[in-house]
Amino acid sequence: MKVLITGISGKLGRTVAEMLVASGHDVLGIDRRPWPDAPEGVEMFSADIRKRPAEDVFRTHRPDAVIHMATVTHFTSSTEERYRINLRGTRAVFDHCHNYGVSRAIFVGRHTVYGAASDAPLYYTEDEPPLAVSTFPELADMVAADLFAGSALWRYPEMDTCVLRLCYTLGPSRRGTLASYLAGPRVPTVMGFDPLYQFIHDRDAARAICRAMEEDLRGVYNVAGPQPVPLSLLIEVTGRTNIPLPESLVKHALGRFGFPDLPEGAVPHLKYPVVVDDEAFRQKTGFEPKFDEVKAMEAFRWAA
Amino acid sequence: MPFNVINNPEVFERVRRLQIPFNRYGLDRYGISQEHLANVFTVFRPFYERYFSVECYGLEHVPGQGRGMLVGNHSGGIPVDGAMLLSALFFDKEPPRLVHGMVDKFANRWPIVSQWFSRMGQFTGLPEHAVRLLKDDRLLMVFPEGAEGTAKLFKDRYKLLDFGTGFMRLALKSDSPIIPFAFIGGEEAMPVMFRLEKLGNLLGAPYVPVPPHLLPIPLPVHCEFHFGEPMNFEGDGTESDETIQEYIDQVRTRIEALIEKGRRHWRKRIGRGDRERAIEGSTNDTAEEDE
Repeated sequence: MKVLITGISGKLGRTVAEMLVASGHDVLGIDRRPWPDAPEGVEMFSADIRKRPAEDVFRTHRPDAVIHMATVTHFTSSTEERYRINLRGTRAVFDHCHNYGVSRAIFVGRHTVYGAASDAPLYYTEDEPPLAVSTFPELADMVAADLFAGSALWRYPEMDTCVLRLCYTLGPSRRGTLASYLAGPRVPTVMGFDPLYQFIHDRDAARAICRAMEEDLRGVYNVAGPQPVPLSLLIEVTGRTNIPLPESLVKHALGRFGFPDLPEGAVPHLKYPVVVDDEAFRQKTGFEPKFDEVKAMEAFRWAA
Repeated sequence: MPFNVINNPEVFERVRRLQIPFNRYGLDRYGISQEHLANVFTVFRPFYERYFSVECYGLEHVPGQGRGMLVGNHSGGIPVDGAMLLSALFFDKEPPRLVHGMVDKFANRWPIVSQWFSRMGQFTGLPEHAVRLLKDDRLLMVFPEGAEGTAKLFKDRYKLLDFGTGFMRLALKSDSPIIPFAFIGGEEAMPVMFRLEKLGNLLGAPYVPVPPHLLPIPLPVHCEFHFGEPMNFEGDGTESDETIQEYIDQVRTRIEALIEKGRRHWRKRIGRGDRERAIEGSTNDTAEEDE
């Protein structure tokens, strides 16, 4: 099958591409960032998904399936940039999918769209509304992109659309939202709170995305890895030092003293868990993570 | 862990015997921690065995495994009933069982409390949590009077307030038996004269209870649990309000009977109600005499 991956040069995109090539698919990649040592079987196009050259790739190469991973977070991009890429980019990709006869489209979203709150359920199912939009303005664009991608299910019924709400990835790549939070030697936490964190090893995340494509999955699915662990344990096992701060000080400390630069809206995510129920995804695809929570944490800790 | 009490090895052995799948860090999928449980039950133990000298009657009615909903009366003031019910099923049930409380929303906003409740399996009282835990064959503790039940003044002790209907629909939906129980002694341990609502709001709680001894600390009063036979109801939770209310009235009647039986037993046990009369005198209670 001919698979187009947007945002292919990211760590997760590369891993997915390599896995698809290994199982015999032809892979096309669109990204503004280069991937100089892309393996044979991957054809790279340097383009912005919102611009004409990206549409040309759809028109001339006619992919069968599209995996849309070109999204950005507050760690790397400004608000304006996030809305342009996450929202307008997602719209452009789904329009092209529809216009150029793509039969399956997968949007890789995030589990954080459900939001963290004191009165939220511990295991979110797919029918819960994504509440992050009200508590975490820096995630509003991802919430909108997630819901927009999901709307393709009824707007373009001829296409199999799949929205994956993927939990944090953790592993040797040291990339992603959780890795950015855990980047420094000292990790700030909120005193008196120790939420559960749910993460999946980089390679398992890529495997799950490949499974979703190969199983021709349709609908919205939570994707999680092994059992969640308390933040304090996550910090300990990844070899960091836990610095509990009173809540009133946390927002002032973020971005200073070598602490990660998190927006204020992220503070509830340091107090309350965002844990998803991935039962539906596992049942449909038979997916089982290969790396347990300990292996994922240690892979992150000891990565070169 | 920040508050590492030296936990009792006997208590830890019982934690190990809980029928909960713990991973190598002693955590289950809800974040319940063996270490936290052992610490908490080590602290609860002297209260359970000595301070409140809790006795259980009819514990055999609580299923040894599988789902179930323990439904009973809420005592006033500081809810020692919850902690003691957890202890009863932990220390006196063979094999021990962990009871999951459905906690009021405000508790999860408090630092430390939020953390410890989460590690002990005491989650915010959401229907999603209840259904999930029951379908996972856990034991739930429900006080259908709600937080209002703890706001009872001493003169209204053991009078059941209106029951919410949520618990019955959840029991039907998850096909869980209801095990009615009465908790006796809690009202005498913490006789509430009046409530400070402004101070409560300041602390993020509904109110602060004030007993005659002024400090919001329960007195060392003998307490008892009286469990009744499990009740099973037919349905799937979508029944009309009338049907649900009828079922709830049955549960309520059973709890009232257990309370009455329990109070008779309790008075004999502590010696003709001396203690109760003593407390009554100090609160200038004008409520009707019992019996």
